[in-house]
Amino acid sequence: MKSFSLGRTLAVFIKEFQQMLRDRLTFAMAFGVPVLQLILFGYAINTDPKGLPTAIVSADNSVLTRSIVVAMQNTGYFHITHDVASEREAEALIELGEVQFMVSIPVDFSRRLVRGERPAILVAADATDPSASGNAIAALGQLTTQALTSDLKGPLQGLNSTPAPFEIRVHRRYNPEGLSRYNIVPGLIGTILTMTLVMLTGIAMTRERERGTMENLLATPVRPFEVMIGKIFPYIVIGYIQLLVILSAAALLFEVPMQGSFLLLFGMIGVFMLANLAVGFTFSTLAKNQLQAMQMTFFFFLPSLLLSGFMFPFRGMPEWAQWIGEALPLTHFLRIVRGIMLKGNDATRVMHELWPMLLFLFAAGVVALKRYKQTLD
Amino acid sequence: MSGDPGYAINVRGLTKRYSGRAVVDHIDLQVRSGRICGFLGPNGSGKTTTIRMLCGLLTPDAGEGTCLGMDIATRAAEIRRQVGYMTQKFGLYEDLSIRENLEFIGRLYEIKDRHSAVDHALERLGLVERQRQLAGSLSGGWKQRLALAACLMHEPKLLLLDEPTAGVDPKARRDFWDQIHQLAAQGITVLVSTHYMDEAARCHELCYIAYGKTLARGTEREIIAQANLVVWSVSGTNLNPLVEPLKKAPGVLSVAAFGNTLHIAGSDALKVEAAISVFRSDAQFQWVRIDANLEDVFISLIGQAQDNFASSAERKPRGGA
Repeated sequence: MKSFSLGRTLAVFIKEFQQMLRDRLTFAMAFGVPVLQLILFGYAINTDPKGLPTAIVSADNSVLTRSIVVAMQNTGYFHITHDVASEREAEALIELGEVQFMVSIPVDFSRRLVRGERPAILVAADATDPSASGNAIAALGQLTTQALTSDLKGPLQGLNSTPAPFEIRVHRRYNPEGLSRYNIVPGLIGTILTMTLVMLTGIAMTRERERGTMENLLATPVRPFEVMIGKIFPYIVIGYIQLLVILSAAALLFEVPMQGSFLLLFGMIGVFMLANLAVGFTFSTLAKNQLQAMQMTFFFFLPSLLLSGFMFPFRGMPEWAQWIGEALPLTHFLRIVRGIMLKGNDATRVMHELWPMLLFLFAAGVVALKRYKQTLD
Repeated sequence: MSGDPGYAINVRGLTKRYSGRAVVDHIDLQVRSGRICGFLGPNGSGKTTTIRMLCGLLTPDAGEGTCLGMDIATRAAEIRRQVGYMTQKFGLYEDLSIRENLEFIGRLYEIKDRHSAVDHALERLGLVERQRQLAGSLSGGWKQRLALAACLMHEPKLLLLDEPTAGVDPKARRDFWDQIHQLAAQGITVLVSTHYMDEAARCHELCYIAYGKTLARGTEREIIAQANLVVWSVSGTNLNPLVEPLKKAPGVLSVAAFGNTLHIAGSDALKVEAAISVFRSDAQFQWVRIDANLEDVFISLIGQAQDNFASSAERKPRGGA
């Protein structure tokens, strides 16, 4: 016996390759994941989101205010999507998540500016995700000194000096200190539940098949729907326990505020969990073994993590990536959980994010039940 | 065809195809109530597929018939409630205790007095003391007994047992068969697939299939009589050189070793005698003509079927074994 044989090593090498090529999902992982990550990180993810939707409340419409608004839009960060009459309307848009910013110009802004009283424009930002609005707010700094240089000529030339002729007052709504944990801790509820629930249900069903207990189960009178409900329910209980753990940690360790109703959050999370469990169940009907179920979970989890707005600002992504994101339950759940915990949204303010989750649940549920047959055909 | 009350299983032309290939090809099966039918055939012959079609786990591509008087095509759910199916692989949960497994099955069948049904099953099994033990820690023989107890919980009228004694020691096999006969005496019909010839002999009737086709049906005696086989037994010190030339000889259907003897079988007495005549003069071999046993018959049948299958496979490009 040689202490090392190249032939024997080669035998293992060849065998390993043969098995790898036969296991198509592992093969897909080896090539699919890098491609997926390249595309997502390379094209979809943008940590410097521009063109953020902004509502404007302009009580004073003059050459000067128009110049300021144009200058804001020229930064690239602000995109005026709504022109509303009152600050209240604009605030409602922020609560709903329709806009990222509100810009409010007071009634006698131009007159006071000309008088040299240095009037202020109010910019309110939805700071639940500080990274989404941070750069835009930073860009406002230089705006005060530069926006009006071409307008302030002749007799007004004197205003063109330091200090700037007007002020921009920034209010960071819901997260005045711009703490990123305010965003991340509620978001973690969604991501942790997505990963654990999809994986656990995915494994639960494939385990039956792998261990040979599936055939026995199918031969009994139990119906597919009964199996699905019976298998999913324990994980809902686990999901609520996880929720309690995260919420306690959020309050005790991270001091994240809870502005809204616990009851509403618990209800919404129920729908979200069901949607994820249905995905897991579908995976378990597709996967041949537990490993495949894990791999499928990964393929679902990766886009959920990256495209939902959890790790990177949703509005920074190109439109195609936003469409994918909109299809994922995590995206909507994140908006709901931030809305409830940080903004104190009530049921009417989160309803519009509930429907996409219900639609997803319905679709995934139908696929799962269609795939799970009572026969071995 | 109506559900004849005399038959627990009565199916005709049962067929299952996978990607064009018939795994089960027009199989007829009739088992009278209260009888034990042995279901025999080589590996991959379609036994498991047939059993699965009988209890509604697979949908047949063709064929019709009844199980316990109910149409297999339309009343699969009802059939399931009255059939006990024991899968080839241990189908209970190894990470649950013996009692927990039985409780689970009891709940699935919505057995009314579940607690005492489980107690009763444990007593019959002789596992009362070990009921808290995990099913995974049981030996092969005990697992098989537990699986049988589980599929008897709902008091089925028909038992479908798929190779129940594979990998079980002879003592446990004997106990198992005693229990099967007791059950049959109570009026339960049993269809049991097996590879063991001694087990085949314990059945009331037999059905032998290969390549998805029925090769023989009837009682042991009927099957042997139908085969009309001529068998010569040869004993001697070195029988090995005889095997290959005899296998190739015309008219010889099988050459099989039984301990220190070889059995040479064929259907044409003259041809078999002609084949062995070359070696009969050799004094080191002792030749005796014997009655065919079940194994001789099956080996000859499979030999013939193989030839038929090979020739039909040549005609069809999508053959394959």
